[in-house]
Amino acid sequence: MQKFTTVTGIAVPLRRSNVDTDQIIPAVYLKRVTRTGFEDALFAAWRQDPEFVINMKEYQGGRVLIAGADFGIGSSREHAVWALRDFGFDVVLSPRFGDIFRGNAGKQGLLAGQISEADAETLWNLVEADPGIELTVDLVGKTARVGDLTVNFAIDDYTRWRLLEGLDDIGLTLRDEARINEFEATRESWLPQTLPARSPESSY
Amino acid sequence: MSNVIPTSQVNSSTGLRTLAEKVWDKHLVSKGEDGTPDLIYIDLHLLHEVTSPQAFDGLRLANRKLRRPDLTIATEDHNTPTLAIDKPIADLTSRTQIETLRRNCAEYGVRLHSLGDIEQGIVHVVGPQLGLTQPGITVVCGDSHTSTHGAFGAMALGIGTSEVEHVMATQTLSLNPFKTMAVTVNGALRTGVTAKDIILAVIAKIGTGGGAGYVLEYRGEAIRALSMEGRMTICNMSIEAGARAGMVAPDQTTYDYLEGRAHAPRGADWDAAVAYWQTLATDEGASFDAEVIIDANELEPFVTWGTNPGQGVSLSGSVPNPADIVDANERSAAERALEYMDLTAGTPMKEIRVDTVFLGSCTNSRVEDLRAAAEIIKGKTKAEGLRMMVVPGSARVRIEAEAEGLDQIFLDFGAEWRFAGCSMCLGMNPDQLEPGERCASTSNRNFEGRQGKGGRTHLVSPLVAAATAIRGTLSSPWDLVQDGDQ
Repeated sequence: MQKFTTVTGIAVPLRRSNVDTDQIIPAVYLKRVTRTGFEDALFAAWRQDPEFVINMKEYQGGRVLIAGADFGIGSSREHAVWALRDFGFDVVLSPRFGDIFRGNAGKQGLLAGQISEADAETLWNLVEADPGIELTVDLVGKTARVGDLTVNFAIDDYTRWRLLEGLDDIGLTLRDEARINEFEATRESWLPQTLPARSPESSY
Repeated sequence: MSNVIPTSQVNSSTGLRTLAEKVWDKHLVSKGEDGTPDLIYIDLHLLHEVTSPQAFDGLRLANRKLRRPDLTIATEDHNTPTLAIDKPIADLTSRTQIETLRRNCAEYGVRLHSLGDIEQGIVHVVGPQLGLTQPGITVVCGDSHTSTHGAFGAMALGIGTSEVEHVMATQTLSLNPFKTMAVTVNGALRTGVTAKDIILAVIAKIGTGGGAGYVLEYRGEAIRALSMEGRMTICNMSIEAGARAGMVAPDQTTYDYLEGRAHAPRGADWDAAVAYWQTLATDEGASFDAEVIIDANELEPFVTWGTNPGQGVSLSGSVPNPADIVDANERSAAERALEYMDLTAGTPMKEIRVDTVFLGSCTNSRVEDLRAAAEIIKGKTKAEGLRMMVVPGSARVRIEAEAEGLDQIFLDFGAEWRFAGCSMCLGMNPDQLEPGERCASTSNRNFEGRQGKGGRTHLVSPLVAAATAIRGTLSSPWDLVQDGDQ
């Protein structure tokens, strides 16, 4: 994963709350077995409307999405993050995220920064007044700056550190493999195992 | 996570623990310090074809092993057709995804229940029916409805594909601590009101983000009185309130459900397991970070009117007027939802005519759900022009239902009796709504386009689905009585 420090790019105002991952990427696009090439799938249903913000020419090349509360709720599909990344987004700012989406974002180098409802409104108004304006997101200072305005965003320290360092999660955990081995040795023998397969003991 | 504070400080000082904290503590491989997450051991990893291919690829690229194939199991569910399952899957991308799972499972030694196998079905139906889902364990799956398994007193978490790969490689997950919320449901449900109505009412009360950062523990008389199937329905939809997980403390109902199942402990192991399970309930006096109280006596059959599961109302109510909603965001969401759903404020819910009834999904496709619906429709006639699809949760559920003659009741009524899978809950297979088609669905999500592009979904219980199929408009079994039982 690439190290993330600052991003400057066009801000895209998505004035909608409760944007579930079925809207970010409809299920029909989840049949692929690859990890890239999902840019065509992003907001596929909404993009059929030429007026949808993503389609507007001022916002082409956008890198920072400013969304309403409860962005990324619903299905666990990491494809939602892949689609945003493949489309070119590096940052999503929202007053609240779906938990699974936020976790997925951190693992794919997509910064999910939490801003206040009031700041979301202010940013929307600013960006809509000057479509195509660039916004700078600074992960070190946890700020988003557009023109003279600077707002703070929140992100948990661990995810921030991993994004700043560009660290691979599995590699980090395997540094602790001895502890996993120790833990496994203490597990009760009656805990469920999938192998070997067994049949029911009796009719239940 | 920034909006998550450490688990109740109070409990740390008193030594009293909630169910969720006990399960978490028991699986702690290492405690995070200075804001780093805890490393939690995972007892059971469930796989399906949609969220696993990229994870297997990741393992392969990094030349890593799958650490515990004996704690991993896979099934085919999201893409599988529910008709002609002996024929090759017609949709080529679906077929490729299924074949990729088969190749990956063969290569990594993972047990797989393929289409045609008696244990094939929706992953969240399969785990419990095999007795793999047990109290006090940690369960994960690349699927948000993994919360279902919390009904057994397990900590069950839906995860993304990167985390699937992490569990494959390490059998652990790095997880932030959570907050706890007690959802106490007092009193007793009236006849015709079910677990589904409880959870739809809970979500309408706390909202789609109300559970964010929390593990919900469902408690109270009404929860104790529920079967395991009912508890699974409730825990299943915890994610629709934004919760990390939902749990119910195990009790005799849990043990009775598990005993004798294929992978339940046996003999002396059974006794040891039950002795442990009995220690899991939340300690008297332990505190929760939040509590929500629901009175079961007052609940009515519940139904959604909008495009998220929090937009629900009692079936006796009407489509709300967005102008009455104070919060600006919620108001505009409601306006959009009414436009998408083609509904007018003030319309009584019971006057809404539906085209299709879908009985199925990991929320409501177990044999008890099918039984409940069959009892309502038995000897009745389906509303003219309406289609009803019944999709059992697993091949085993289908066989059990057929042994009881439920299939014949559905067929006589005019419903379609299908093979097992996720089906029209999300329409990754050919079972989809047409644009504009309106559906009463026992599934879990009424998102725009979820059941097919342009499709309109009303979430309902199996009883409401059955009554609706008879009357053609959103209805509960109570309305059938008022009709003079036709």
